Amino acid sequence: MATTAKTKRDYSLVGESTRRAIETGLASAEWYHTDVSRKTMKELMQRSDGPAIRDTIIWIAAILGSAAGIIWFWGTWWVVPFLVVYGVLYGSSSDSRWHECGHGTAFRTRWMNDVVYQIASFMVMRNPVTWRWSHARHHTDTIIVGRDAEIAVMRPPDLLKAGLAFTGILDFRYSLPALVRQALGRLSDDEKSYVPEMEQAKAVTAARWHVAIYVATIALAIALRSWLPLALIGLPRLYGTWHMVMTGLLQHIGLADNVVDHRLNTRTVYMNPISRFIYWNMNYHVEHHMFPMVPYHALPRLHELIKHDLPVANPSIWHAYREVWPVLLRQLRYEDYYLKRELPPTARPYREEFHGVDMSAAAE
Amino acid sequence: MAEWVEACAVDDVDEEDVIRFDHGGRTFAIYRSPDDRFFATDGFCTHEKAHLADGLVMDEIIECPKHNGRFNYKTGQAKGAPVCVNLKTYAVKVAAGKVMIEID
Repeated sequence: MATTAKTKRDYSLVGESTRRAIETGLASAEWYHTDVSRKTMKELMQRSDGPAIRDTIIWIAAILGSAAGIIWFWGTWWVVPFLVVYGVLYGSSSDSRWHECGHGTAFRTRWMNDVVYQIASFMVMRNPVTWRWSHARHHTDTIIVGRDAEIAVMRPPDLLKAGLAFTGILDFRYSLPALVRQALGRLSDDEKSYVPEMEQAKAVTAARWHVAIYVATIALAIALRSWLPLALIGLPRLYGTWHMVMTGLLQHIGLADNVVDHRLNTRTVYMNPISRFIYWNMNYHVEHHMFPMVPYHALPRLHELIKHDLPVANPSIWHAYREVWPVLLRQLRYEDYYLKRELPPTARPYREEFHGVDMSAAAE
Repeated sequence: MAEWVEACAVDDVDEEDVIRFDHGGRTFAIYRSPDDRFFATDGFCTHEKAHLADGLVMDEIIECPKHNGRFNYKTGQAKGAPVCVNLKTYAVKVAAGKVMIEID
């Protein structure tokens, strides 16, 4: 079975870590699951349009309402609170809508998932094709170095990069050029490693649509001699992305890599109701990774059902960051260091021999 | 040479549900549709090696538990990313309270 990587981590998806992950059986491995009866799991997995339609109506109304406020108060200081609200809805809540509808679990009706997925993909500046496949890989090989395309903070951590992520600047630095490159018909070697050949042309087409909308928005801004069109389309990904980063970074940061137990590499954090609405309950992240078929609205029930087998959830976002910060600092000097989350006495123990993680590098 | 093999009893599968059936080193999925008919497909998702029997049956769709890939379990048709390759289906008959599938 897997052995612990002692050599420097190579995060490319076609490099040395990739080869090692495949050789050691870490790639596409069997993962630990808490026991849940089939009957109960069937109930939890049941799809329903109701909760997502309700939430989407509120979401769209809030987006349109705050956009109207921006247009109405444009040129005055009164525009600021509307920009704050609109920015978070556009630049942050789009991530969770992209995520849930990408899984196809938000709505029961498929076309509803697809429509919201396409809209949210544009808002969050992600190619809807390449990111669907990268996220499938993320679930197959969660935080497996050389396999997972969605490792937000690599080791040793680049703290400047992590900090800048809150501003959205890095998304403009990487996501926008990636969309342009894809629109020109070029997929990177990493993208080709997880997007099947038969899907690659769709990725190019999707990128062209996104780029075309940005070009049209810029043209409108020039024609109007106003920043307003860009404040509504595109730029919110800069000024409204902080909430997505604040909640999203906590999913895996500071925890183990190269393991096959989500309790070791994923974190559940209790959050306030507003953040949970923006994040669509993805704060129950261990639960989501262990059972991705369970819709966002059923995750609190799933959490109650299996929490006896999981590390104790962080009681707040602030608590989680306080836990993470010293781990990141230590990883600057010793990149194998990570936080090993303690299990309650009711849980089935970690199987160290199963995933081969180096427990000597862990902090409890 | 195809042969009919007993997969399970009729009552072993709930309506609108699926169970796993292993035979001869292979894995199959046996479905009971909401209108009380039985179907059979290969047991693993064509995207990655996940047991479809752990997934969710909705009408005529089976959704893979790993990445939510969807197939029509009656025809085997893949319904879109992340599943692109159709699922192999098998003939099914019910006799004396048993579900039989024809395996080649």
